[in-house]
Amino acid sequence: MIEAASSRATPFPPNWLARIGLLALALYVVYACSTLDITWARFVEGLGHAPRFISRMLPPDVAPDKLQLLRHGMIESLQIAILATVFGIALSLPLGLAAARNLSPGPLAWLSRTLIALLRTFHPVIVAILCVKAIGFGALAGVVALIVASMGFVSKLLADAVEEMSMQQVEAVHATGAPFLSVIVIGVLPQVMPRFVGFCAYQLDSNLRNSALVGLVGGGGIGATLFTAFQRFDYDFVLTIVLAIVAIVMIGEIVAGWMRSLFQ
Amino acid sequence: MDASAPSPPAATGLDRSLVIRRLTKHYRAGAPVLKNITLTVEGRGVTAIIGPSGTGKSTLVRCINRLIDPSAGEILFLGQDLAKLHGRALRKARRHIGMVFQEFNLVERLSVIENVLTGRLGYVPVWRAWLRKFPAEDVDRAFRLLDAVGLSDLATRRADRLSGGQRQRVGIARALMQHPDLILADEPTSSLDPKTSVEIMELIARRAGEHEIPVIVNLHNVELARRFADRIVGLSKGEIVFDGPPHRLEDTHLLAIYGGEGWLE
Repeated sequence: MIEAASSRATPFPPNWLARIGLLALALYVVYACSTLDITWARFVEGLGHAPRFISRMLPPDVAPDKLQLLRHGMIESLQIAILATVFGIALSLPLGLAAARNLSPGPLAWLSRTLIALLRTFHPVIVAILCVKAIGFGALAGVVALIVASMGFVSKLLADAVEEMSMQQVEAVHATGAPFLSVIVIGVLPQVMPRFVGFCAYQLDSNLRNSALVGLVGGGGIGATLFTAFQRFDYDFVLTIVLAIVAIVMIGEIVAGWMRSLFQ
Repeated sequence: MDASAPSPPAATGLDRSLVIRRLTKHYRAGAPVLKNITLTVEGRGVTAIIGPSGTGKSTLVRCINRLIDPSAGEILFLGQDLAKLHGRALRKARRHIGMVFQEFNLVERLSVIENVLTGRLGYVPVWRAWLRKFPAEDVDRAFRLLDAVGLSDLATRRADRLSGGQRQRVGIARALMQHPDLILADEPTSSLDPKTSVEIMELIARRAGEHEIPVIVNLHNVELARRFADRIVGLSKGEIVFDGPPHRLEDTHLLAIYGGEGWLE
């Protein structure tokens, strides 16, 4: 009996590779902190500046001319977000379907997957910088940047949703002799619609937040107003803008939740 | 566009017979599932295909409407070889063949009436399907068919809220909606309880009989086959080992089809 027990493999063998990996990671974190001058003392010193900064922000600036600027920037940001969402979703639908390997022929699916991967490579801010350089300052650059981001996100998730749908339902529609587009409309879309609406709602939400970001790099909207306020040290106006962005994002989240609940 | 043209007349006198010649299907080279099947099905009555699981019953039925592509052979129906069709021609041929599935294969998130109208998709243009603007006569007929299968009060209910038997009734109405010249039924009762199975087979046999539509049905329940089929084809290891009317099907044939013997006593 005892012999048998000792010759049996231990049920939880030590994973030396994982241990060495974790140790290496810990060592690297210490090393990186030292090279980047990240120390506790530096952090505490930095904290001292915070109260001064905050006191300069209060109270938020609500002068009529500032509110006019705020309103103008906000409306532009909303337009950027909504346009980018509408065009982004419209383009994502065909791209996502083309990328689904259970619907489209191999080479097309592969090509679409590659395009989606490219669209997703860079953060929206980096895409926005490229767009500003290519198209020029202003809302158009912001819209294009967010369309790219929307397509990357929505079409990838749509393709995955289509690949997970029930092929039995699609098969039955095929068997009636329906043309390809009717198969999509009747057999595929009803299956993926709730999830698709969910992705779109999330993307609208996300575009609202990111529309402020793309403005910081010249893509128009409230981000541009915010950037100018920072540069002019108008910290009280900065606070007004930040509060307005928070409000818009929260409203966006409520709208998105409501859209999702409509399509259950 | 012929997509909106009226469906062909439910032609009595039209030859609805099906001729299968030397049909072979292998999914992997050297391991055929169907071996040189030759079979003529007359243009009326119920033909049941029985046989053990994995013997190619389903493959045979699915080769006919090309949900599965045969490896070799001919499938002659309504004057063409279905095995050679592609694209548009194949879709047009499929419009004449209704299919009833084991798992019902309804579009779960669509209503009952939408599922029945799916049977017209081969005839209506895409925009009508998209907007659900089906021609009035199609909608009328869909409601009449729901009546005929006993579901008239469930027209607007979503398919995922139906019981198994109700779903299969919708599946049958969808197949009839095509004005088919042939109905294929792939194990239509295997997901149903015994009582519902009988009701469903009765419904298929009766409705098809009324319209003189030939039916080819896979069954693994021999008793159902005996009861409802005019002809039984026994398949074993990809070959036809019995072909005849139900009263000629004897235990020796069942042994040849299913093998073993203890289960017969």
